Amino acid sequence: MARPRKDAAASGKAGDTGVKASGKGGSRPNSVTPAELTEYYRDMLLIRRFEERAGQLYGMGLIGGFCHLYIGQEAIAVGMQRVKRDGDQIITGYREHGHMLALGMDPNEVMAELTGRAGGSSHGKGGSMHMFSTEAGFFGGHGIVGAQVSLGTGLALANRNAKNGAVSFTYFGDGAANQGQVYESFNMAELWSLPVVYVIENNQYAMGTSIERSSSETQLFKRGVSFNIPGEQVDGMDVLAVRAAGEKAAEHARSGKGPYILEMKTYRYRGHSMSDPAKYRTKEEVDEVKKTRDPIDHLRERLDAVGITEDDLKAVDAEVKKIVAEAAEFARTSPEPDPSELYTDVYLEAAQ
Amino acid sequence: MTDILMPALSPTMEEGTLAKWHVKPGDTVKAGDVIAEIETDKATMEVEAVDEGVIGELLVAEGTEAVKVNTPIARLNGEDDAAAPAPAPAPAPAAEAKSAPPASAGDPEKTPPEQAKKQPEGEGAVAVTPKQPLNDPELPAGAKMIKTTVRDALRDAMAEEMRRDPLVFLMGEEVAQYQGAYKVSRDLLQEFGDIRVIDTPITEHGFAGLGVGAAMAGQRPIVEFMTFNFAMQAIDHIINSAAKTLYMSGGQIRCPIVFRGPNGAASRVGAQHSHDYSSWYANVPGLKVIAPYDAADAKGLLKAAIRDPNPIVFLEHEMMYGHEFDVPDVEDWVLPIGKAKVRREGKDVTLTAHSRMVGFALQAAEELAKDGIDAEVIDLRTLRPLDHDTIVESVKKTNRLVSCEEGWAPMGVGAEVVARVVEFAFDYLDAPPLRVHQEDVPLPYAANLEALSLPGVDKIVKAAKAVLYR
Repeated sequence: MARPRKDAAASGKAGDTGVKASGKGGSRPNSVTPAELTEYYRDMLLIRRFEERAGQLYGMGLIGGFCHLYIGQEAIAVGMQRVKRDGDQIITGYREHGHMLALGMDPNEVMAELTGRAGGSSHGKGGSMHMFSTEAGFFGGHGIVGAQVSLGTGLALANRNAKNGAVSFTYFGDGAANQGQVYESFNMAELWSLPVVYVIENNQYAMGTSIERSSSETQLFKRGVSFNIPGEQVDGMDVLAVRAAGEKAAEHARSGKGPYILEMKTYRYRGHSMSDPAKYRTKEEVDEVKKTRDPIDHLRERLDAVGITEDDLKAVDAEVKKIVAEAAEFARTSPEPDPSELYTDVYLEAAQ
Repeated sequence: MTDILMPALSPTMEEGTLAKWHVKPGDTVKAGDVIAEIETDKATMEVEAVDEGVIGELLVAEGTEAVKVNTPIARLNGEDDAAAPAPAPAPAPAAEAKSAPPASAGDPEKTPPEQAKKQPEGEGAVAVTPKQPLNDPELPAGAKMIKTTVRDALRDAMAEEMRRDPLVFLMGEEVAQYQGAYKVSRDLLQEFGDIRVIDTPITEHGFAGLGVGAAMAGQRPIVEFMTFNFAMQAIDHIINSAAKTLYMSGGQIRCPIVFRGPNGAASRVGAQHSHDYSSWYANVPGLKVIAPYDAADAKGLLKAAIRDPNPIVFLEHEMMYGHEFDVPDVEDWVLPIGKAKVRREGKDVTLTAHSRMVGFALQAAEELAKDGIDAEVIDLRTLRPLDHDTIVESVKKTNRLVSCEEGWAPMGVGAEVVARVVEFAFDYLDAPPLRVHQEDVPLPYAANLEALSLPGVDKIVKAAKAVLYR
């Protein structure tokens, strides 16, 4: 547990907006069972192995265009998924594969969408950046940086109108955090007390521009201050800290108090997309994070502490390996969409 | 045993240099370990192992240049192959890989299905073909007509649909307490309350996005723009979020939303408040675009738009809001989207127009009649899908075409109408079609220059005579 953390707790004034940086362990739940920990491990490992395989399929030319991997950020999607209730919505940008797997979407469908095949979640018509599942409450998968913030706030507006008690979990990155529409949305969300939790996945780099080079205020949890939205900084490499903070934020939004901002401090191991050599940071920096902050290694230590050994996890590793291998095989062999699909899903028939 | 292949590091990479090996035969590797470095003209990148195993043989020597993507570069002897089927053995020969389409470059085992090269004949520009012929509803015998302004017809349409469907709500700047910047939403707040009639801050980009998000979650928002000039701030959500998501989601995410407000020139408000966006939105598959002229169409088409499951851009005209027209006093006046209306029958020349220009075209027809020219006036009403059958049939009869629009000519509505006629009625044309449009300048403020810039009756009359060589 004595893991060095790069991010000191923010020293900003808490003030009466409720903005604060939660120290590690501050709101950590005491009650987590070994079985739960094992589930988290499994889900995070699935994302990592899936993404590694996606990177491989990209290298083989089976995945085209852009492909943004989630490796390093697994604890956020998995920890927050535990907070989501039936009827809640999730929306994010284009680094979304991990969220979809955490939500329990079929890895075959996700991988087949990456390869642009008929068996993909959008029948191959969306691709890596545009995946959805109404069943899982997953509203995408959006390719325009920041657009999902307004859309996610709109999901919350629908929840308010429908009085359904649902919360919209709206994810975006440190790059999107500088888009104007984010603040237009913050304003309306607080003005109308909309049930939305904004989850900022601060992986330190907006494509190749570090947060220090792009943002006049790098403590992103404070970005809601002038809208009176409470914010909190969370160790996004610690799945339990993520879950604890998520529960608190969701409770705030669900109880009618309006939006809440969670800044998850995290790190992306790979380049922005597959074609990014990541020259803007040193190998030492990446290695340091991998060595000292890796969310999966971190969880392994916790598992070890409750008596679950590497050997116990072998079965999980094998299960994950099998799922990923099957997904890759499905994505490779699923046929390309029928040419007739070209003209479908442009319009819906109006009911007469 | 698994072949490790030369990876593509970008969508366009075809070959690269194997700069360095980080492993040697006999080394044990696990997923995520860096095994090699690859250089292209753009970058150096590390290759990570995806499977665990023992490196068998290095097939490509360090420093080899121009290694084609998908060439096997090493062999990996797996530790437990039981769970992991080998990845595709896809040693695409270099020459083949180059010529193959990217989607199948790594998968030569599979023949890609025939690309849909063949456009459905004559349907390249028409994604929506109505299954049944569209017709306006027939009026019951003795149906009363009520003089109504376009403004009130729009209001009535919204009020009726909000009564009918609790999911319908209106949001925009000044729509609630102020009763609408142009009073189109008069009394709606009083009847429906502030959850369903929402005053937004002046943040078009944001509130358009909120509207689209609410529509995706099943609500049926009407988003009012004070003018479509301000919707430029929001056009990303109208196009990227609203129009494309049904397609990108393989039919999963619906977006039943209406974006409405005045479009085009007002009076003396200058270039930034006078733009006609008809052709911008009508260019986009996934949107339906409606631009009515009179009050009956405004009401019937707005009601249809609110009920439609697709995103709709509904272009009104500020200069028409105060005009009175007959509106049928019937229970539920709903008109078909995608159907043009022949406003005046004639045999000598076809005039097409939409929105405010319909009135000018009708006046021009009266002027032309004085010279013995019998003009047919077609009110397009819907720009996407465009009712090209009605236009083509008319030109087959008159053999001459003048398109009229308030916007600029290049790449405009008239350009599309003319293209359809040339494509589908070329042999019927007795003269090159002409376009009437705004002059190709930002709209000036000075009264005389503004009048010179905007299209009107005179320009239509002149164009009609020109295609008749008179």
